Order: sequence, then structure tokens, then C-alpha cells
Amino acid sequence: MEGILTAVAVVAAVGIICAVILILASKYLHVETNEKAKQIRDVLPGANCGACGYAGCDGYAAALANGEVDKTNLCVPGADAVSRKIAELTGLKAEDVIEKVATVKCLGDCNMTSDKSEYHGINTCAAAKMLYGGKGSCTYGCIGFGDCAKACPSGAICIENGIAHVNTKLCTGCGLCTKTCPQHIISLMDDVDKVLVTCSNKEKGAVVRLKCKHGCLGCKKCEKGCPVGAITVSDNLANIDYDKCINCGECAKNCPIDCIMISDFSGIHRYK
Amino acid sequence: MIKNLIVILMTSVLVNNYVLVKFLGICPFLGVSKKINQAAGMGIAVTFVMILATAVTWPIQTFILDKFNLAYMQTIVFILVIATLVQFVEIVLKKYMPSLHSSLGIYLPLITTNCAVLGVTVNNINDGYNFVESMVSSLGCGLGFLIAMVLFAGVRGHMEKCNPPEAFKGLPLTLVAASIVSLAFFGFAGVIDNLFA
Repeated sequence: MEGILTAVAVVAAVGIICAVILILASKYLHVETNEKAKQIRDVLPGANCGACGYAGCDGYAAALANGEVDKTNLCVPGADAVSRKIAELTGLKAEDVIEKVATVKCLGDCNMTSDKSEYHGINTCAAAKMLYGGKGSCTYGCIGFGDCAKACPSGAICIENGIAHVNTKLCTGCGLCTKTCPQHIISLMDDVDKVLVTCSNKEKGAVVRLKCKHGCLGCKKCEKGCPVGAITVSDNLANIDYDKCINCGECAKNCPIDCIMISDFSGIHRYK
Repeated sequence: MIKNLIVILMTSVLVNNYVLVKFLGICPFLGVSKKINQAAGMGIAVTFVMILATAVTWPIQTFILDKFNLAYMQTIVFILVIATLVQFVEIVLKKYMPSLHSSLGIYLPLITTNCAVLGVTVNNINDGYNFVESMVSSLGCGLGFLIAMVLFAGVRGHMEKCNPPEAFKGLPLTLVAASIVSLAFFGFAGVIDNLFA
């Protein structure tokens, strides 16, 4: 009987001491959390994607509450709805969220390019790339096993005719595909931009011509025709500087092989 | 004395590795080993908690439980104390070291009732270690856990690239890989005994 009582007493004492320590700790070591930051945090989607440039939603909420940042439109997954709610809470002006959309810089499908070898390995781009840079004659372009489509959480990518296509209306701009693509030919662009170079091949024009009917030859017609000097050819490949680009589409008209595409890349939230 | 401590350290890191040889703490080993940096974070947090837990539980065992002949209450008291300790550490870190809290903070609640931590504290008592030996042993166990986590995260990183049969995808393949890594660690048995012979 005495044994039980001692056991109960000792364990209860240890428990009470622990409880007292925790109570005291939570009282005296309490960290004030900013009330406003908490409200903003509740509005944010909580995806912790980092698209705002802060370490997670908490970071962005804290920065907004402390007045370190006055832009309400940094949350890409939350889009305009969240931007408006943040503006309500902080009293800042609601700004339109420029969404990111994934774009594939390759249009060398089965009709445009050919295979240099037959591939009977594991059906992933990453594996195929390890074997002489993939089965296609162009080692820069889309391999077409759809690693990006498997990575896409919103089902926005499909493989058609041997290359990946992005349905920008479904794309949330999370950027998982850009990290997955072993060729690094998927990139995120602002969905307000309209012009895209659809080739990633950096070889000389004559070599590209033999491999793909859709490849950039580096002829510089786009560069000469651009009214604002936004497009430059380096490494035999046209590059658009979207900070300067005015979406006039002159480059697309000048391109002799239609390698520059002018289109509407509006993202998932644009017309909501 | 020093030689004895080194033997204890090396034994607990390699021969008696908690995850790969004693099969304790498998939950974080499988759960948080997808990326190397996360695995390392978890490993460091566990090491930290193991050392603190030993520093607290050893005196409790020696000066309270043994004194009242309550050795059979060891498990309950240790769980109670370790859970409190982890919560307390989290509060202190949040107050005084917010940067460390933001990097280790998410792992701390996971460790609260981790069996590897409890196992270390209980085994230190069962092996009859004194206070210094217990501390060295728990440091070794923590480092062993860290090594196991990082190694296995590396292995899993490579497995992402392969294309196993449908039935093996996910957990089965992970468990098979874990057993192979574990097999590799059994190779250390006997090495330490002869190291200082």
C-alpha cells in the first residue's frame, strides 16, 4: 500500500513541477505576436510557396504588418481576391496580381524534328536525357516523356505530338515543372506578356536547320526589327527582355520560321 | 577514461546506431528523409533534444526514482519529463533565439514523444553509465541518428529517379532501401571492439 502511495506521490509531484515550469514559461517567456500579422496570415492561402519572395506566408504577413512592404499583389496563388483582402486589412491600395504562367520553349514536335535513335528505357525525361541527351536529334528541346506533366499539380500540362504543352488557363504558376524539366526549357513568365521565343537550341543556324524545322536560326531579323531593342540574339538564340518588351509582336512577324509566338498567355485568375 | 568515452561515442554512432541497428525512431527516419536539408535539420534537433533529455533524466533516475525504489515508473516519468522539456525548449527558443526556432521549430513537436529519445535515456540507465558517460552516449546516439537520416535522404534522392514496379512504389521501396542501408551498418559490429585492442 505504501509503495503505491509513494509512486503516486512522486509521479504526481514530478507532473506538477513540470506543469508549473510550463505555465511559468508560457507566462514570462510569452512572445507577442502581431495581431495584424495574424489577421493577414489568415487571409493568405497558406501554401508557403515562396512566390512572394518571403520565407512562407508568415514571412509575407509579418512584412506587411510591419510596413516593410507596401505591395498587396505579391501573393501569386492567392491572386486578386487575396490582394483585395490584404488591402482591406492594411489600408494599402489593392493592386492587380500579375500571375506567372509556365511556358515551354520548344515547338519541335514530331512533324518538325526527327529522332536520332530509338529509346527503349525508363519512360522519364530525366532517364532519357542521361543517354546521349535524349532520343531526339535536337538535344536542347523537349524530350516528351512528360516529367513536367507528372509534376504538375493542376493537370495543366499535356504531351501532344511528342512535346509538352501548357494550358495557361489551368496553370497556377507554381513552377514545379520548371524545376522538374531536365532540359530546363520550361520557364515562368508574367501572364501579361504576349511574346515568346519557342526554341532553346543554341547551335548554329545551319545545324539547327537540319535538325528541326522550327528551330531558331539566330538570323537576328527579330533583333533588327524590334522598335524598343528588347530582343537580342546571343548564343544563336533570340532572347526577349520582358522589362523592355511592349508586346507589339513585330519580332513574331519578322521571324522567317515562326519561331517567335505571339499569343495570349493569360493565367488562371486573369478574367475572374 | 578518455579511451572509454571514445569507445562509447563510436559505439553509439556506428555499432549501436539507434535507427539502423536498434530500429528506434523509424517514424522520422521514414517521414522526414525526403530531402537532405530537412533530414539534417531533424537530425540536429534530435541530437539536441537527446543530450538535454539525458542531462535531465539521469539525475531524476539517480536521485528520485532509485531513492524511492520506483525504477518501474521510469517510462512514465521519463515521457512526462521529456515532453515537458521539449515544450519548454521550444518556448525558450522562440523567445531568445527566433532564428534557431524558425529552423528547428517545426521539428521539435515531432520529437516530443519520439521513441529514439526515450530509448537513449532508458538505455543509458540500463547500461549503468555514469553522468559523463551518459552524456557522451547520447551525443553519439544523436550523431548516429543524424548520419542515418542524411545517408538515407541521399539514397531516397537517387530512388526518385528510378521507375520501380507498381507494387513497390512508395513505402515498400523505401522500407527495402532502409533495410539495405541497415545491413550496411551491421558491418560495423566488431570493428569498435578491436579498434583499441
